[in-house]
Amino acid sequence: MRITFKLNGVDTVIDTNPDRRVVDLLREDLNLTGTKESCGAGDCGACTILVDRESRLSCLMLAAQLEGREITTIEGVAKGEVLNHVQKAFVEKGAVQCGFCIPGMVLATMDLLSRNPSPSRAEIREGLAGNLCRCTGYQKIVDAVEAASAYPSNE
Amino acid sequence: MKSQFDRPLSIGSPLPRVDAYEKVKGSTKYAADYYGSDVVWAGVKRAGVPHALLKTIYTQRARDLPGVICVLTHKDVPGTNRQGVIRKDQPVLVDDKIRHCGDALTLVLAETRDALNKAIDLITCDVMPIPGVFDVESALEDSAPLVHEDNADGNVLLKGDLKTGKGSAAVEECDLILDGCFETQRQEHAYLETESGWARSEEDGKLVIVCSTQTPFRDRMEVAESLGIDMSRIRIIAPYVGGAFGGKDGVTVQSLLGLAALHSGGRPVKMWWGREESFLSGTKRHAARMYYRLGAKKSGFLHYLNVRLFLDTGPYDHLGGVVLALALEHCGGPYRIQNAVLKGSAVYTNNPIGGAFRGFGVPQVTAAMEQMMDMMAMKLGMDPVEFRLKNAVSRGDQNCVGKTLVNSTGIIDCLEALSMHPLWLERERWKADAGPSKRRGVGVAAVMQASGYGPVVPDYANAKLELSVDGRLCVYCGVVDMGQGNAGTNVQIVGSILAQRADMIDVILPDTDQTLASGSASASRCTYTFGNALIAAAEALKERILQRAADLLMARGKEELALIPGAVRHLKTGREFSLSRIAQLFNPAERVATGHFRAPIATDDLGVPEDLRLHGFPHTLFSYGAHAALTEVDELTGAVDVQRYLAVSDCGNVINPETYEQQIQGSIAQGLGYALSEDFDVTDGKAVTPDFSTYTIPTSADVPEIDSIPVQIYETTGPFGLKGVGEIATNGPLPAVANAVADACGVRIFRSPLTPERVLGAIREKERKESVE
Repeated sequence: MRITFKLNGVDTVIDTNPDRRVVDLLREDLNLTGTKESCGAGDCGACTILVDRESRLSCLMLAAQLEGREITTIEGVAKGEVLNHVQKAFVEKGAVQCGFCIPGMVLATMDLLSRNPSPSRAEIREGLAGNLCRCTGYQKIVDAVEAASAYPSNE
Repeated sequence: MKSQFDRPLSIGSPLPRVDAYEKVKGSTKYAADYYGSDVVWAGVKRAGVPHALLKTIYTQRARDLPGVICVLTHKDVPGTNRQGVIRKDQPVLVDDKIRHCGDALTLVLAETRDALNKAIDLITCDVMPIPGVFDVESALEDSAPLVHEDNADGNVLLKGDLKTGKGSAAVEECDLILDGCFETQRQEHAYLETESGWARSEEDGKLVIVCSTQTPFRDRMEVAESLGIDMSRIRIIAPYVGGAFGGKDGVTVQSLLGLAALHSGGRPVKMWWGREESFLSGTKRHAARMYYRLGAKKSGFLHYLNVRLFLDTGPYDHLGGVVLALALEHCGGPYRIQNAVLKGSAVYTNNPIGGAFRGFGVPQVTAAMEQMMDMMAMKLGMDPVEFRLKNAVSRGDQNCVGKTLVNSTGIIDCLEALSMHPLWLERERWKADAGPSKRRGVGVAAVMQASGYGPVVPDYANAKLELSVDGRLCVYCGVVDMGQGNAGTNVQIVGSILAQRADMIDVILPDTDQTLASGSASASRCTYTFGNALIAAAEALKERILQRAADLLMARGKEELALIPGAVRHLKTGREFSLSRIAQLFNPAERVATGHFRAPIATDDLGVPEDLRLHGFPHTLFSYGAHAALTEVDELTGAVDVQRYLAVSDCGNVINPETYEQQIQGSIAQGLGYALSEDFDVTDGKAVTPDFSTYTIPTSADVPEIDSIPVQIYETTGPFGLKGVGEIATNGPLPAVANAVADACGVRIFRSPLTPERVLGAIREKERKESVE
């Protein structure tokens, strides 16, 4: 099946099985391995991508659902070497340890801040509760989201 | 951020991690991210039964499936088919007997993941079930089935039996005796990157394995032996790991991948366990049953401790003996107790494999001992912190196993800092502010954690540092960075010694062909041991650079020169030579410096058998900490909500405050999961919590704000005064929260985790008893 969508700002046409999982399509067919898989069941948030700027789990999406959508993966967030405000805050605030949850966490944060530009710490904790991290204890992630909300967005 | 990168690095400054930039961009390549255009998918058929003789495996239907390349069984394993660190008792593929549900029966190679999964489902086998061993004490009865018929001591993998002072005779001299039996559950590591790897048999005959591991050099030995391949023909590459926590301290996919690569016709092979397979087959923190008897004098001094430990090690020695040795060594906590009888066994069962997990046996015994301490303080009518301070060890004391503490020993400093912290001083006011149907309590725990391998197994590291002809420095990291940030700390050490900026220093991650053997990423040893080796390498290179510059400038000596970013400056004349120029004057061998370090060991003769010493008993270097959990209990539901957490830690001098806090905060989150929700539940050897919806780890909404305070006592043997920080804080949350719940509700729950059902049940039971009275 031919599927047409916008991937990280680029018009993209692919020919694939309509029931191929989006996470596999991204990682295996399009070589975008920044999108991670950790549970394959929608429990952990590691495979988060943005679909029309809203966070979605790519392990629960099928290729056909991409038709006509605007998709952002972690590879599409920085402008070349320049990190966006969320990525910058994650680096500066020490929010990154093993980093396997971080692509999903960055994208979920972008979604959160687009809906609530200056969330409280409690709102951040609630807003990111679908993205598991096993390393950080979340405190520095919350610090980073707070910092990002105060930075000018470079989008 | 920029400002921190455009000046030379220094010790003690919170340098943002050098790996973070690539990780936030999603461009870091983990083992799970290796594919290749003609990649072959490899996967495993798991046993699904806990204990059975394996009769016949039927593979024909799988072999006939389109897209299947081959199906391998134990008959295809060319070597010993045994893996393990000390006792090598785990088959790569089962040959005679299934010993737990996660055992690997066959290895399948297929063109696609779909074909692989279909083929695995088509494999069946004939087995003859054997009664299983599922309880640690039943396993020791004469009638219990044996997990390993060839094990000399029945179902006991390792046991320890120690007596200090007068032993049990000291009971008579105690004014107060308290008993408690504690049970702690199995805990799953739940790293986000499940076990994964990629392998290829190169044209020159070399087997290259890229894998998610904490132990590349030990993996190489294990793969060589189990597959019967010369070690020089194996190369293990360990990129950044997506979390490990002990669960990758040893072979997971490595031998299977190696075997697959020998049958893929030179094509690359990929294996990536799904979450359920990872949960089923991966190791767990040992479930423990712990009988404690603690005796004290009326004066408040501890006098006697009797402990019996039973650790469920599952069917294989995945460092289970070492876990037992650490549990025994730490079971009396950081206290002076002159008389003790300490016994423990790591017991084979048909449950999931017990293995290494951050804390390594210490979280279990700390949970028991620190609750005993609170129970005793209450009996004595003493403040729990004062009671601990009264008995806490200081340098020169002997700890509970009789080891004289000769290194920095900061538990008293930690407890004193905790006792002066506002969260502790204002606790009564905070407790009084509890809302309707809520009760609040504050609990403390004192913790300790040994580092390194103990007195027999050499705890060494070999660092390599290279000055390239373009003037850049490259650190060849011997110890894996599984997320703890030691690669960045290595950069910080080198930059600070050679006065260079972070952007002038590259890292090569562990690779058995490029970096030097430096042991495992475990045991709170990474930066302590490798950092010391790296200091030696960096100092050697610095001397060499300065000496060459002095010779070139006809200076009187190297004292007239100093390293500055990118160059060497002659201080009298201001003349400079770039590092690149000096590097070009060196021959290639001169551009490389190496450093070796071997950690100090305990030389005390504690009268323990050699077997226990081999497993690491005793250590000489300990980190310490004092924790407080401010906890609210919902009387109506039993739900426990930890609202604030304080951790004061003696992990020596801090090289990077940011990385240090990451370790403390992350450990506490894992410890809180262990205290409140995580329970890898097994019925008759079968997992009933196979995924994240049934095995619940803390989310951002569950973990409280954590205050972390380092007491910064300089450890003279450490790199820049540092001690290990990777594990220590995991030990505090369970006892601190349990003590807080007791403080809030007057109930003691002897079985973890402290689920709402257990807490509510205990509250109701207490109310019922009180109403009867």
